[in-house]
Amino acid sequence: MTQKFRLENGGLINRDKKLSFKFNGKTYYGYEGDTLASALIANGVHLVGRSFKYHRPRGFFGAGVDEPYAIVQLYRNNETEPNIKATEQELFEGLEAKSVNCWPSVNFDIGAINNFLKIFLPAGFYYKTFMWPKSFWYRVYEPFIRKAAGLGVASTKHDKERYEHKYEYCDLLIAGSGPSGLASAYAAAKNGARVILAEDKPRFGGSLLTSDVNIGNQSGEDWANGIISELKEMPNVVVKNRSQVFGYYDHNMLVMSEKVSDHLPKTKKHHPKQRLWYIRAKEVLISSGSIERPLVFGNNDTPGVMLSSAAKEYLKVYGVLVGKNPLVFTNNDSGYETAIEFKKNGINPIILDSRVNPQSEIIDEAINLGIKIKFSYVVVAAHGYKKVSSADIAKISNDKKQLGTIENIKCDCICVSGFWTPTIHLASQSGNKTKFKEEIDAFVPGTSKQNETTLGAANGIFTLEETLKSSFTAGQDLSKKITNKDNKISFPNVVEKISSQHDKFWCVPLPKGKNYKRFLDFQNDVAVSDIEIALKEGYRSIEHVKRYTTLGMATDQGKTSNLNGLQLVSDIENKVVPAVGHTTFRPPYTPISIGTIVGREVGKHSKPTRKSPMHSWHEKNNAVFVDAGVWLRPRYYKQGNENLFEASKREAKNVRTNVGVCDVTTLGKIDIKGPDAAELLNRVYTNAWLKLPVGKARYGVMLREDGIIMDDGTTTRISENHYHMTTTTAQAANVLSHLEYYLQLVWPELNVNVVSTTEQWAGAAIAGPKSRKLLEKLFPNNDVSNEGLPFMGYTESELFGVKARIFRISFSGELAYEVNVESDNGQFMWEKIIELGQEFQVQPYGTEALSTLRIEMGHVAGSELDGRTISYDTSLEGLISKKKDFIGKRSLNREAFTSSDRQKIVGVVPLDKKTSIPEGSHLVKDAQAPLPNKKLGHISASCWSVEHDNPFSLAILKDGKNMIGEKLFVMSPLKNKVIPVEIVSSHYVDPKGERVRS
Amino acid sequence: MLHIKCPYCGMRSQNEFSYGGDASVKRPELNKEISDEEWDNFVYNRKSLRGKHLELWQHLSGCRQWIKVERDTATHEIFNTYKADEEIS
Repeated sequence: MTQKFRLENGGLINRDKKLSFKFNGKTYYGYEGDTLASALIANGVHLVGRSFKYHRPRGFFGAGVDEPYAIVQLYRNNETEPNIKATEQELFEGLEAKSVNCWPSVNFDIGAINNFLKIFLPAGFYYKTFMWPKSFWYRVYEPFIRKAAGLGVASTKHDKERYEHKYEYCDLLIAGSGPSGLASAYAAAKNGARVILAEDKPRFGGSLLTSDVNIGNQSGEDWANGIISELKEMPNVVVKNRSQVFGYYDHNMLVMSEKVSDHLPKTKKHHPKQRLWYIRAKEVLISSGSIERPLVFGNNDTPGVMLSSAAKEYLKVYGVLVGKNPLVFTNNDSGYETAIEFKKNGINPIILDSRVNPQSEIIDEAINLGIKIKFSYVVVAAHGYKKVSSADIAKISNDKKQLGTIENIKCDCICVSGFWTPTIHLASQSGNKTKFKEEIDAFVPGTSKQNETTLGAANGIFTLEETLKSSFTAGQDLSKKITNKDNKISFPNVVEKISSQHDKFWCVPLPKGKNYKRFLDFQNDVAVSDIEIALKEGYRSIEHVKRYTTLGMATDQGKTSNLNGLQLVSDIENKVVPAVGHTTFRPPYTPISIGTIVGREVGKHSKPTRKSPMHSWHEKNNAVFVDAGVWLRPRYYKQGNENLFEASKREAKNVRTNVGVCDVTTLGKIDIKGPDAAELLNRVYTNAWLKLPVGKARYGVMLREDGIIMDDGTTTRISENHYHMTTTTAQAANVLSHLEYYLQLVWPELNVNVVSTTEQWAGAAIAGPKSRKLLEKLFPNNDVSNEGLPFMGYTESELFGVKARIFRISFSGELAYEVNVESDNGQFMWEKIIELGQEFQVQPYGTEALSTLRIEMGHVAGSELDGRTISYDTSLEGLISKKKDFIGKRSLNREAFTSSDRQKIVGVVPLDKKTSIPEGSHLVKDAQAPLPNKKLGHISASCWSVEHDNPFSLAILKDGKNMIGEKLFVMSPLKNKVIPVEIVSSHYVDPKGERVRS
Repeated sequence: MLHIKCPYCGMRSQNEFSYGGDASVKRPELNKEISDEEWDNFVYNRKSLRGKHLELWQHLSGCRQWIKVERDTATHEIFNTYKADEEIS
């Protein structure tokens, strides 16, 4: 197929490289340097989608980030991505795209029936209609709305692309590479400042690429290219295209999305698809330019109606004609520039200018070129369904209220210009309170809130000379403050045409007897009549009008619609625009992909994975791992066809009968040193610590100030002023911060240092009746007898030449030891234990068996210390010292904590001794009671007791102290279970604790 | 993201810090008899100020020091930062 609307020459595309692509299944050709939009227009394709609400045909409206219509589903390298703007997507060989929001096809869309029902879909339609009957919401309304809504389809596949995050600092961040961006970047760079210059488009230069100006005896484009190539050579400058600064956050932190590979058929190896930059800038220069405003008239959403600046860009950048019989409808001089470009390329446009008798250089030029101009003329309505075919035009009275006789003229596109809206989003996001500038009928930034300066068109300055002058100065002055250098730059000579005043006119009145839809928001199908209804119904605040009508709430965030909406509200309300105020701009300025936000933190990279030094041994020995915080711990070691239940039972049983070994490296370890270490422990733990002898360990419980248990663990006195504290795996980091808080802020007089040594020590728990025998083999030179190393004793030794710490502590309730060696020797220690333990039938055991052992022993862990329990609840009140004060003690006499029927830990056994009890189930008195059935407590942990060979659970039960022997019911609506149970002591095994002391 | 000057390490991004609440709260001395109301005020009651606020932050992924930060809760402006034991005028 030929590119019928491509000019013979011209444009910045590479005509030597022809690219093929598919749109809605049909193959077309374009050139390297095209966007999908320019290539489609070159092929005469103007129908690209259907509108959101009425499913009206949609074409192209803009040529860049402001595009409200041309949103497509993109297919690239076997992946699909929704909501891609055809005006931003660069063409590559083999690109495929499809229309969205239409079914069965863009040419015949069933949803377009909404267009004929539009009388039934006014503002607030959803709010009004779908309220009653209530039961209809789930069954009828919601499925209907869901099917009809949406602009594209997200892929359900895993995204294989890589996204990166990058952190950067700079002196000046400059957002936008138009004249103001280039001038300020150049001046700042010459002063030695570290500059980042970001441009969202592939080409640098902004408006210089399309405007007919001359800077320093060069065309605007040549001047821009010269500056860019010079900047690229400078070591203190980073120049980035395809990079959109989309968010301005606190303390001059800006976020930029760089599309690294989206313009390529396939991401290169080791390259990301997109990169997110977090940039902390000393100064920010906002040179984001301005976006042309539409004019509002009947059927102004018909494909072929587009911004005049976009038509000019398609001509000058892509060598593409948006039409061969164009009508230009303008209220200012910008429309003339577009018309002149058409004329220069052999096309005869007609200009309709709403102004009465404007005078300027550029108008004279248009007249001299022989362009037909009609002053005081407007477009009343566009006609044509899938593409403009004619327009109703009429003379308009000077007060813009009366239309003259309506004529119909043929045309194939209507280029509209309703003047310019500065792109103030970033300034507004920074906290800058914007102000309304009457001369340009638009908002501009007010007083700077952070270190931001807005330049050029974004600041409402529309002449090139003033823009360049103020931008050179800003770049120079701001960089001088930072670098103390002052390199003067000679200001180039600028030739441009000066424009005349625009017309304060944006909306064409409806002709008598006609009810044309006049659209304000093109993506969300919000028409003038919708705003009128909202106001009639009493909505006043612009924020409410916005939400009620959805004006400006589409993915383009109203870049082309907001101001016209405001003008309309202010007209109807008889207020000035600043009194109406504008809605809040929020990041992101333009949609960004979820992948960019997430970056590399997906899958196994979503959090760090910590492995013990013995990890590879566990792997080799069929360990099945479980996440314990960020640690990977063996849950059980699979033998043959065993499942979790069978394996953990075998492992736990072996601990009770022989000896088992468990990797306890993950326990938090904190080294505590200093003359006041004992005093610190005494204040942190609930029990007494001042008299703990050297070489002894003690179990302790620490509280938060509100009396709730924070953590538990053993702490050992290594030497006079040196302690080794252990914490639970989960609380390790919090406990360290807790200690640091008290040492640094509350009791700075205590001479103590704390440091985490979790990663310095590898730990193995050796538990079971034969553990002492194994220990004798491991440490033949030590006296590990009950007298030599009694319960809660500690000694240091050597394990075949390796420094080791031996603690006689027990979590399993059996005779047990914990051996620590330096991490590098962890594997060696583990292998020695396994090797020498063979004759005692040693087996490794995982966290599941560990849990079983501690549960049936009634030892508490995280599921009981759940941030809601106090010492009494967990039967640890015996460890509360009456003699001394400690963190949280004063809270313990709170009424709820001292009530006589306070909850307490108990054991739970099913009456049938067979049915396992789901964790989290509730305990109730009467299983048949009507809901809500009063909850007496909950099951905190469950296991299969290997000692008794039946299920056993721990529970936190109201008045648990007096409930032993009671029969209750366990209810788990989640698992649909009701189990009759008996309440027993939480110490289900060895209640006197004889084994650990044996 | 805030930019916080750690008095020990210099300007660092907020994600290196963790928030520690109102810095003006003083823990009652140990072993001192105090009323329930005083204790409640220490444990629970906090003002949710709009404006200048002296607060604690810990430079968790840095020097691990607890510091005091004078910040405007509405604008996020940081006026000054102090070491834990520094006199604040």
